[in-house]
Amino acid sequence: MRLLSQLAIGEHAIISAIEAEESLYHRLSALGFRVGKTLSIMRRANFNGPLHVRLGTTDVILRDTEAARIHVQNDSLANKP
Amino acid sequence: MKRIALLGMPNTGKSTLFNRISGASARVGNWPGITVDLMSAKVLLGGHIAELVDLPGIYDLHGFSDDEQVVRHFLANNPLDLAIVLLNSSQIDRQLSLLLQIKKLNIPMVLALNMSDEAKKAGISIDIDQLAKSLAMPVLQISAKYGEGLPKALQAAAAVINQAQTASDPARISLALEEDQKIEKEMESLLAKYVHIPSTLSESSTDKLDKILLHKWLGLPLFFLAMYVLFQFIFAAGKPLQDGLAWALQLLRSSMLEPLFAGSPTWLSGLLLDGIYNGVATVAAFVPIIVLFFLVMSMVEDSGYLSRAAFLMDALMAKMGLDGRGFVMMLMGFGCNVPALMGTRMMRSRPMRLLTMLVIPLSLCSARLQVFIFMITALFSASQAPLVLFALYLMSFVTMFLTALLFQGQFKNKEPFILELPPYRFPTLRQIVLRGWLEVKHFLNRASKFIVIGVVLVWALTNFPSNVPPASAGTYAGQLGALFAPVLDPLGINNQLAIALIFGFVAKEIVVGALAVIYGLQGDALMVQMASQIDWVQAMSFMLFALIYTPCLSTIATLRNESKSLGFMWLSLAWSLGLAWLVSFVFYQTARALGF
Repeated sequence: MRLLSQLAIGEHAIISAIEAEESLYHRLSALGFRVGKTLSIMRRANFNGPLHVRLGTTDVILRDTEAARIHVQNDSLANKP
Repeated sequence: MKRIALLGMPNTGKSTLFNRISGASARVGNWPGITVDLMSAKVLLGGHIAELVDLPGIYDLHGFSDDEQVVRHFLANNPLDLAIVLLNSSQIDRQLSLLLQIKKLNIPMVLALNMSDEAKKAGISIDIDQLAKSLAMPVLQISAKYGEGLPKALQAAAAVINQAQTASDPARISLALEEDQKIEKEMESLLAKYVHIPSTLSESSTDKLDKILLHKWLGLPLFFLAMYVLFQFIFAAGKPLQDGLAWALQLLRSSMLEPLFAGSPTWLSGLLLDGIYNGVATVAAFVPIIVLFFLVMSMVEDSGYLSRAAFLMDALMAKMGLDGRGFVMMLMGFGCNVPALMGTRMMRSRPMRLLTMLVIPLSLCSARLQVFIFMITALFSASQAPLVLFALYLMSFVTMFLTALLFQGQFKNKEPFILELPPYRFPTLRQIVLRGWLEVKHFLNRASKFIVIGVVLVWALTNFPSNVPPASAGTYAGQLGALFAPVLDPLGINNQLAIALIFGFVAKEIVVGALAVIYGLQGDALMVQMASQIDWVQAMSFMLFALIYTPCLSTIATLRNESKSLGFMWLSLAWSLGLAWLVSFVFYQTARALGF
């Protein structure tokens, strides 16, 4: 079990839990962050800038503060090189 | 009259669809239950005149952002005969939830699926007929950008309205909005049955572009280069247009208006020509630059590059309580503060929007540049000139960052930074022109009233009492200059410069002209005269003050209009005046103490 903010670039993972207050939870779920969904890390901006995450057909950027609210587990199928 | 609302998520082409249906007839209006203005337009639909309202784009009917609350309050206070819900076909897997949320409110509905070409490319297929049957509402594929499928969609909308279904019941809706369960499950089953999405997407052209434009080290330099090119374009294309318009307006005055008023009393022609006409002409000369700004801005915004710029600059801006989008608006401010202030509308969090709006008036706009170039030419050598100008630009950045750092505690934004990165899109010409035109109309409407009043006031101040020469020390303006002397003398700003600063309060464009009136000289003679009256330290102090104290009345009016808060307008005004005084004071006294 890790946090979204700890993933490396190019890694795939499955969302296992979202810890957020109601308004943030709604925002995240409306953008596609739901438990069980697969996501991948596209890139991170320099100087510890935001993360660029892809969920299905949607690309989202978010700061570490928000990414640390999302728990993920390894996606064993997708992480094969 | 029938009422129709347009609903959908951000970045689905909702505004494009609204503009396409309404043409240029849209207006801004107030609605019961909400405090923000919404765009609406009268449209002919199935033999009825219907009112089409463009509601803000939202992700979630049960969310708690400003926009989401606006939509809920609107629905709970205004009966609707029809809701047109626009979804992006290629993201239907997460957008369908909004449709189902609205469906629960028992509003007659039509579902329009936009961007079906993008969905097709991604291999997504949607069984339209079965989906429509299951949802019990018409479902239509359209292209908001090119207008394809639009007539059919409007026919379907007219049919729903003509079935004489009763309008939505606001009271029941406010009750229904309490519960939002079951939706997730229903959505999942619909997606499983009627939508097929391939598990892996091939690398699109957006991905390829992102690899370069969002590159770890190349991204920012490329962004600055792109901004530089855009600014160059705006000035290169805007300046001749502005000069041409100013020339035409001057010609109109000298060849038509002046002979026309030659026979009327001096005070009347003075008021009409020197007061109102000059005022309106000043605003009109703004127009070409404003138009170009909006054209370029809507192009950048619709292309999807702005979200990328936000991604690249966010780390730095976060340290000042702003985010990446704020940086883009600061850059816009270097051309003209007014459209930059309007551009902050895209921010969802009000505290962050206010902090950005507090910072923007400090960016060295093109009107101030004009004043500085005049002063620098008069008082500095050709080799010093670029350095002085560079120092002023640097000062502009320093004051902006300082302001953001100092005020970020007051404008703590509660909202997290989560932003969707839309794929790159080429906006159509029609889209850009229509949007530019609407913004320009609003700008002219507001700015013209303000400038006319301001200019009449300044004219009166320099022309009364009528027994002394205009703009002399005996006039009200002269007396005002003397009144401000105790405050401005410690900055090295003399009475004549003080009067120019009062003029500059209306618009910086007037400052150079005001100095010409005050000294009674023009061109080179004026520069020689000024160089003999003040030294470079005074000139620098004057320029620093002019840079910071306040951009112009249009900016103040825009601050008031965009923030919808008189208190915020006064805060911005007081802060910039105070900061201007402090900076000039420190500079002038230090320079003098060092023996300059």
